[in-house]
Amino acid sequence: MSREIKFVLNGAQTCVAIEDDWNLLYLLREKLGLTGAKEGCGRGECGACTVIVDGLAVNSCLYFAVEIDGKEVLTIEGLAGADGTLHALQKSFVSNGGIQCGFCTPGMILSAKALLDENPQPTEADIKQALAGNLCRCTGYVQIIESVEAVVDKSSGDINAVVRETGDSD
Amino acid sequence: MIDDQERNGKKEIMEEFTVIGKRISKVDAVDKATGRALYIQDLKLPGMLYGRILYSKYPHAHIIRVGTEKAKALPGVITVLTGEDIPPVRLGFYKDNPLLKAGKVRSYRDEVAAVAATDPEIAREAISLIDVTYEALPAIFDPEEALKPEAPLVHEEHKTNLLKMPWSLHYGDVEAAKLDAVFNVSERFSTTWVTHCCMGTSGAIADFDHSNNLTVYTNTQIPSLAQKDFQETLKILGVKDKRVRVIKPCIGGGFGSKLDTYAYEHMAILLAWYARRPVKILFEREEEFIATSPRQPTVTYISMGCDKEGRLLYRDMSMVLDNGAYTSWGATTPSVMMMPITSLYRVPNVRYSAKCVYTNNTYSQAMRGYGNPQATFAIESAIDMLAEAAGIDRVEFRRINSNQPGDVTPQGLRITSCGLPECIEAVSKDLEFGRSRENGVGVGLASLIHVGGGARIYKSDGCGTIIKMDDYGKVDVFTGASDMGQGSDTIIAQIVAEELGVQVDDVHVFHQDTDICPWDVGAHASRTTFVAGNSALGAAKKIRLRLLAMASKATGVDEDKLVLRDRAFFVEGKPVLPIAKLLRGSHFTPRGEMMMADNFYDPPNENMGKDFRGNMSATYSFGTHGVRVKVDEATGKVEILDYIAAHDVGRAINPLLLDGQVHGGVLMGVGYALTEQVIMENGRNMNPDFRDYKVLTAMDAIHSKAVVIETIDDQGPFGAKGIGEPGCVPTAPAIANAIYDAIGVRIKDLPITPEKVLAAIKKKNGTVSCGIDAFTQKEQACE
Repeated sequence: MSREIKFVLNGAQTCVAIEDDWNLLYLLREKLGLTGAKEGCGRGECGACTVIVDGLAVNSCLYFAVEIDGKEVLTIEGLAGADGTLHALQKSFVSNGGIQCGFCTPGMILSAKALLDENPQPTEADIKQALAGNLCRCTGYVQIIESVEAVVDKSSGDINAVVRETGDSD
Repeated sequence: MIDDQERNGKKEIMEEFTVIGKRISKVDAVDKATGRALYIQDLKLPGMLYGRILYSKYPHAHIIRVGTEKAKALPGVITVLTGEDIPPVRLGFYKDNPLLKAGKVRSYRDEVAAVAATDPEIAREAISLIDVTYEALPAIFDPEEALKPEAPLVHEEHKTNLLKMPWSLHYGDVEAAKLDAVFNVSERFSTTWVTHCCMGTSGAIADFDHSNNLTVYTNTQIPSLAQKDFQETLKILGVKDKRVRVIKPCIGGGFGSKLDTYAYEHMAILLAWYARRPVKILFEREEEFIATSPRQPTVTYISMGCDKEGRLLYRDMSMVLDNGAYTSWGATTPSVMMMPITSLYRVPNVRYSAKCVYTNNTYSQAMRGYGNPQATFAIESAIDMLAEAAGIDRVEFRRINSNQPGDVTPQGLRITSCGLPECIEAVSKDLEFGRSRENGVGVGLASLIHVGGGARIYKSDGCGTIIKMDDYGKVDVFTGASDMGQGSDTIIAQIVAEELGVQVDDVHVFHQDTDICPWDVGAHASRTTFVAGNSALGAAKKIRLRLLAMASKATGVDEDKLVLRDRAFFVEGKPVLPIAKLLRGSHFTPRGEMMMADNFYDPPNENMGKDFRGNMSATYSFGTHGVRVKVDEATGKVEILDYIAAHDVGRAINPLLLDGQVHGGVLMGVGYALTEQVIMENGRNMNPDFRDYKVLTAMDAIHSKAVVIETIDDQGPFGAKGIGEPGCVPTAPAIANAIYDAIGVRIKDLPITPEKVLAAIKKKNGTVSCGIDAFTQKEQACE
């Protein structure tokens, strides 16, 4: 059965007709042309399809599209500023070697973002825990964890200030 | 170890360079961080169909009938092919692998039929509608069993399951050396199936134009050789003298998995040919596990002996390798295993033989290290055992036998730059071997040698580069190299930028398209930085000479007084002419010229001779890994407390990317040592998903300390040697040695699971029972 849903996608009001059995990943990739989220396994084991729904990192391959009606979805395409300024996490992954083949990167960055939004000053253990569902075969995770740690300002309780600051500089 | 003096020396060297030696971000990283990078998953062509393959239901069976009527009748199905419908396209270097099987299947992975449909779901349904009648045959899954005369034959026409390959060498006199040796060890080791687990699954799109020229979009590490393979398939289809273009989208990980062309690529070509529309085949994860080729298991028998001072006198090894049902580059790994076997440490007398055996398992392939991890697991485990037998400290034993610059090994490998002694020192200093420590904690180390200056596996080990500069001083580099995430585009951009006095941002490297990029033998053997780097450097040198000549003419200043840096020519520290202005001028001058150069670099290494002697690489990379583990004697669980990986890399062109190769290699090696195993039960992959195949996660990440030893190799581009594979080579034996140090049990079979450790502990303690078996409710014996 098809139906219409309304949701906020990367900050923009969006209205699409969907089928009940579509998952969010299919909707994003095949119908909305947002191919940043990847399908690595299709069963929630690898995290390459991670997007943020109402602040939570989810495996979009397991998330029914109908369930995003009325919700807010952030994909990797919506993370940089409107003027193209990279988010602090994107910059950090680029400059700290957090990216090799890049297939896991969009999901990895969004899992890290969901963590920092919820817990601005995570420990290394918190970071590892938050990224445990995002597999990477290239990096051994070391530079990924360093990339996340680099945007955590240990002295500041306000991660948004840090993100704004590093996000504006180059 | 880099002492202060050397560190200062290194600093001075680094100050001479503007981009070499700098931690420069990968040139494709922003595209990847923003989701713009396109992988095969993301590509669609107008009118494209979706292909799918039907695999065998038996590991060994006659095919009686393939019924395709129902599949063909399904709306949306355009093409259905079986082995009876297509000309004899055969894969593998023995041409033993028909693209679609007719008559017989030899493994669960065998392709029996294929469909192309307008939608992936229709293709899936069509596959389920194909009726195949099989007549099961006795099958063989153990390579040692497969060598027995009564074993079923995988390929009847081959007469035996033993592949007729010449893997046997004997240098010096091992038997005589055995008589001379004072201390000896003799042991059996085994390794298991592991697989690449590239995060991006395999896929290809084939597209013919109206003149039957073919374009294949595919994940490949061997664009030029793939082009040739696809050309051969066209020939069998009766299509001659047509162009084959291979386009590589971003590759979601390689690790050796893409060193051959596969059924899915050739199948996409055939489906596109018959359907007259583009066809895409994209693997799902389960298919990726089942239908791609893993690293093969080995059984290794090793004897080694030394004199009373601890000098190695001989190494005697034999191996049985499970090749699986068809030939690919798994069957030739013994050629590279010979390198550590003959040349890791100084050992004058060496004997080695290997048997690659057909079984009804999946067929094997190259994986990071290409045989070296399996061979080094046996060698470095046995080195520890021999040191103990000789009563010599393990670190000292390795010092005594370390390779040294200037050595020529029994196989004829010419060791030029060699930082192995420094690597051993770095690890021993860091891990404090021999100090007392808490119960259950131990340290271990293991070293490696690997090809670092290409590897002459084929007649050519070459790579081409074309460089052109535009009116604005920007540089386009067209390379034969394949960047699959390891960062070769960035390394090449750095090398060219350094030579041409421009910034990395000024350089755009193209590697994606055989129509515009020159030839290369492939991204294997850790050869890209060395070979493609030297190729790019040679082309850049040609450009540089021309730029200097032109600038001299334009400025009237002698060439040797002109300095090319910061995008301009300098005289006595002052900029006199921007490169861009010079280049524009050359286009707007009578008899103008354009700035282009090409270069083909084929390193000065040698094919192995009949006796396998030959300097296969222009230089060799070395490394030593050290690890401190804690073993829980109640559960058998091994925890890694510290890890240090010291590598002689020649020169670190980009320490950021270098660290990434080492950290990534180490964790892949830790998985190989402790958790990873394709559980192959009677030929069937029992764990084709990430829940049951234990790739390590961020929770398991090890903050390994990556120590870089720079030996500035004479032949390497700016002194660099290859480092892609070494990170995962000595990991497993280092961990096995640390476990032995911790609790006194030696695990000889990978992976070292808690169950194996626990069983070994109980055996050592004389406990017969290893607990109650969950299924039988009976006491189960240890081992």
